[in-house]
Amino acid sequence: MSRIVQLRGMLEKKQISCRELTESYLERIEKQNGRLRALITITEEEALQTADTVDKKISKGEKLRPLEGIPMAVKDNISTMGIETTCASRMLSGYKPIYDAHVWQLLKQQNAPLLGKCNMDEFSMGSTCETSLIGGAKNPHDTNRVAGGSSGGSASSVAANMAAYSLGSDTGGSIRLPASFCGLIGLKPTYGSVSRYGLFAYASSMEQIGPIAFSAEDAAIVFDVISERDTRDMTSKGISEKTHPQLGRSLSGLRIGISDEMLGSAGDDVSRAVREAADVYRKLGAQLVPVSFSLQKYVLPVYYILSFSEASSNLGCYDGIRFGPAADKYDDIDHMISLTRSMNFGREVKLRLLLGTYILSSGPYDVYYKKAQNLRSIIAKQIKEEIFNHCDVFLSPTTPFTAFKSGTNLSSENNGDSYTTMANLTGLPAISLPCGYDVDNMPIGMQLIGKHFCEAQILNAAYMFERETDGAFLSRLETGYEI
Amino acid sequence: MKWEMVVGLETHVELATKSKIFCSCSTQFGGDPNSHCCPVCTGQPGALPFLNRQAVEYTVMAGLALNCEINRYSKMDRKHYVYPDLPKAFQVSQFDIPLCINGHLELSGGKMININRIQLEEDAGKLIHEGGKILVDYNRAGVPLIEIVTEPDFRSAEEVVEYLEKLQGILRTIGISDCRMQEGSLRCDVNISVREEGSSQLGTRAEIKNLNSFSFVQAAIEYEFDRQTGLLEAGKPVFQETLSFDSVSGKTLNMREKEDADDYRFFPDPDIPAIILSEEDIKRLRECIPELPEARIKRYVSEYRLPEADATLICKYKKVADFFDKASEGLKNPAVAASFILTQMFSKISTEVAREQWASPIPPEFLRDLVLLLEEKKINHNLAKNIFTKMLEEGKAPKSILEAEGISTDEVIDLDELCKSAVYTNPGAVEDYKKGKKKALQALIGNVMRQSRGRADAEEARKILLELLKE
Ligand SMILES: [Zn+2]
Repeated sequence: MSRIVQLRGMLEKKQISCRELTESYLERIEKQNGRLRALITITEEEALQTADTVDKKISKGEKLRPLEGIPMAVKDNISTMGIETTCASRMLSGYKPIYDAHVWQLLKQQNAPLLGKCNMDEFSMGSTCETSLIGGAKNPHDTNRVAGGSSGGSASSVAANMAAYSLGSDTGGSIRLPASFCGLIGLKPTYGSVSRYGLFAYASSMEQIGPIAFSAEDAAIVFDVISERDTRDMTSKGISEKTHPQLGRSLSGLRIGISDEMLGSAGDDVSRAVREAADVYRKLGAQLVPVSFSLQKYVLPVYYILSFSEASSNLGCYDGIRFGPAADKYDDIDHMISLTRSMNFGREVKLRLLLGTYILSSGPYDVYYKKAQNLRSIIAKQIKEEIFNHCDVFLSPTTPFTAFKSGTNLSSENNGDSYTTMANLTGLPAISLPCGYDVDNMPIGMQLIGKHFCEAQILNAAYMFERETDGAFLSRLETGYEI
Repeated sequence: MKWEMVVGLETHVELATKSKIFCSCSTQFGGDPNSHCCPVCTGQPGALPFLNRQAVEYTVMAGLALNCEINRYSKMDRKHYVYPDLPKAFQVSQFDIPLCINGHLELSGGKMININRIQLEEDAGKLIHEGGKILVDYNRAGVPLIEIVTEPDFRSAEEVVEYLEKLQGILRTIGISDCRMQEGSLRCDVNISVREEGSSQLGTRAEIKNLNSFSFVQAAIEYEFDRQTGLLEAGKPVFQETLSFDSVSGKTLNMREKEDADDYRFFPDPDIPAIILSEEDIKRLRECIPELPEARIKRYVSEYRLPEADATLICKYKKVADFFDKASEGLKNPAVAASFILTQMFSKISTEVAREQWASPIPPEFLRDLVLLLEEKKINHNLAKNIFTKMLEEGKAPKSILEAEGISTDEVIDLDELCKSAVYTNPGAVEDYKKGKKKALQALIGNVMRQSRGRADAEEARKILLELLKE
């Protein structure tokens, strides 16, 4: 069911040239992007140039590397040298980075044709993609609905077959949530599996770059390429063993933890679909283990306090001196910076920066930051003891609900991140995969969280589910077999 | 009323690592603006720091040399402030767990200056005002710095200067910094307050920022002491403020009043894992620390019988002291080698920078060979001086200079024999001397020198001749 394997086969058998393949994607982009707003920047020239390189290789009969010639898109917070990278913010409009992110370097080495940069919530702050400067990406399953966020464009583009796969980034659920809303696979790797070098930072201690793809196998292939160790990121450890060759292993004996409280807090359709998925796993030989996690209610507050704090530090450099269109009338430098930031940041970003700045100031630091930091380690300990001492993989819905209408106001207690964020606080790898449809025919996603650096295990669990259900829940919009 | 100054010091020292603290850019001084830069040290979005292990080790070495305790668990923190020369809008520094704490440095009178902490941090860039524009050069941004913070233990400007000189010597000796004030690789902030002598309370302090020469430090402290006592005597308050020192007028000037403390919003840098040092690490670094200047001076004075002033001057430059140690191997009287270094070599290698680098035209063994010839009485002092001049000019060994001059050193000069021969072969001169012509002695000495081809010690020859002439 791998779109990537299938396309690569067609290229190698010369059923289609890489230029033709890339052009077919560009055509779909041209047709749909105006409506979907999945891509902020379209990089036609870059894509076709790479495609021609690949075609030369094919004509010489050379073997293709795993992602060679497969057209893709990258979230707009990943540094692409010479190609505008804006984080969907006015602050970075027109900014062309002077260097490549590690992951983009790896994809370039693979000759991956880059179709464009994906829309996102401004500086990844949001879970609907609607805080983007250009407006949110739409959900291809129903364009009245959001694609989810923050990597909304990364999901929307793959769901609409405007890219074979894409890269997103996940700070609190930003890969898994849109993947779930758009009926795709989204993998948030273990903290340290993928280098963050070149990822425009939001909350450094929590975020990872990962693939959004049509199938689990695709996600594994992409993950294997981007998880190469990088000496420029001190938190990067890389992955010792490729995951793709490990797909297809039997699940017999796999212990899958499941929490009744968590299922109970999700919408009816969602919890039903996840329970049915659990049954599929039982059929596959896995053992279901009831677990509970008593600190669940602290996860979001801790996440907010810490991520806002880190954000207020990480975004300090956007001051109009080096980046951002600077205010032109001002009294002194402090005034200029304050005007520039007021002018160029959106409402959600300002809110989070103000809160983060406040939290880190002396006084509130002890009351909020320190306490949250302590809670974070307690939560990590509890998750290990209450969940992972009893099971190998933890199964839950990805979100309590499916994609909702654009413009819906979400409360901060119920913004869709409530199941995903625990993986970010603990650094655990997590995957979202489609497992059903709700009454409105919108995709439902379930989440599998694994132990540190056990991406292979959750990817395999996702792969086996797909195989067992015959791909029934994979995005129905485009099968990928038609070009 | 008698006033007393209370001074504490924050000294910033740039570490002599080859590359910057978080990237592989060069730390070399100079270069075209922004030529030693990359995405990391210019704070490009998404770039990440990679902590230079050597910078950590150098900081620990400084701590060990200054008698500090080393924190085996330490971390880097972000210190936030906004200024155009600070690319990320925060400086990576150390907040509550610096690498080194609780050290001290002893002044010559035996007074201890307590060192509160030594922390590792990154330098900022530099603003250049040019044609009405403000430009930023990030070449220095990300150069590793250590900040050495003392307790307010100084009571005079002289103590401060002595401390700084000693500190400079120690840090140069352990090789972690070139400590060049003129290039800004050593600079300090002075905290100074004034109180009634005998009082145990501290007065309101002012901070004089960025002093980059010993004489400015001295002048600034003296000026500020007078200013503050003047205010107090006039019954006026001293304000807590940040000052700069204007070297032209010799006055301190207000930079900004520091009424409420800045809130730097310190928090642990999430991109840099905690620094963990093992006992073995610390042991290994302790072994890397060579003999420090203080101990070396003592050794030169007690073992080599060098005058203290000479020993101090030699130990001011580590490479000179190393040269001297090599040149002294096997000598009966190393002080002779020291005097060659301090006179002829120092007049040839005359600037501070040149002495620090000590590009000697000869290896230390050549100097030792020369002094050995002297000690073996194969040449005299005057000749040795002339030969040494030629050695320094030509970079040659003493033997080859002597050979070129046609002077053999194969046999020891038997001065007694030479003197006897002079007396027997010059009866006329002997006669004249005995008649009272004291000048005739000079002729006899000249004869001895001729016989020895200038190698004999004229003073010794005079003594022997006088003995012979008595008979
Ligand atoms: Zn650099």
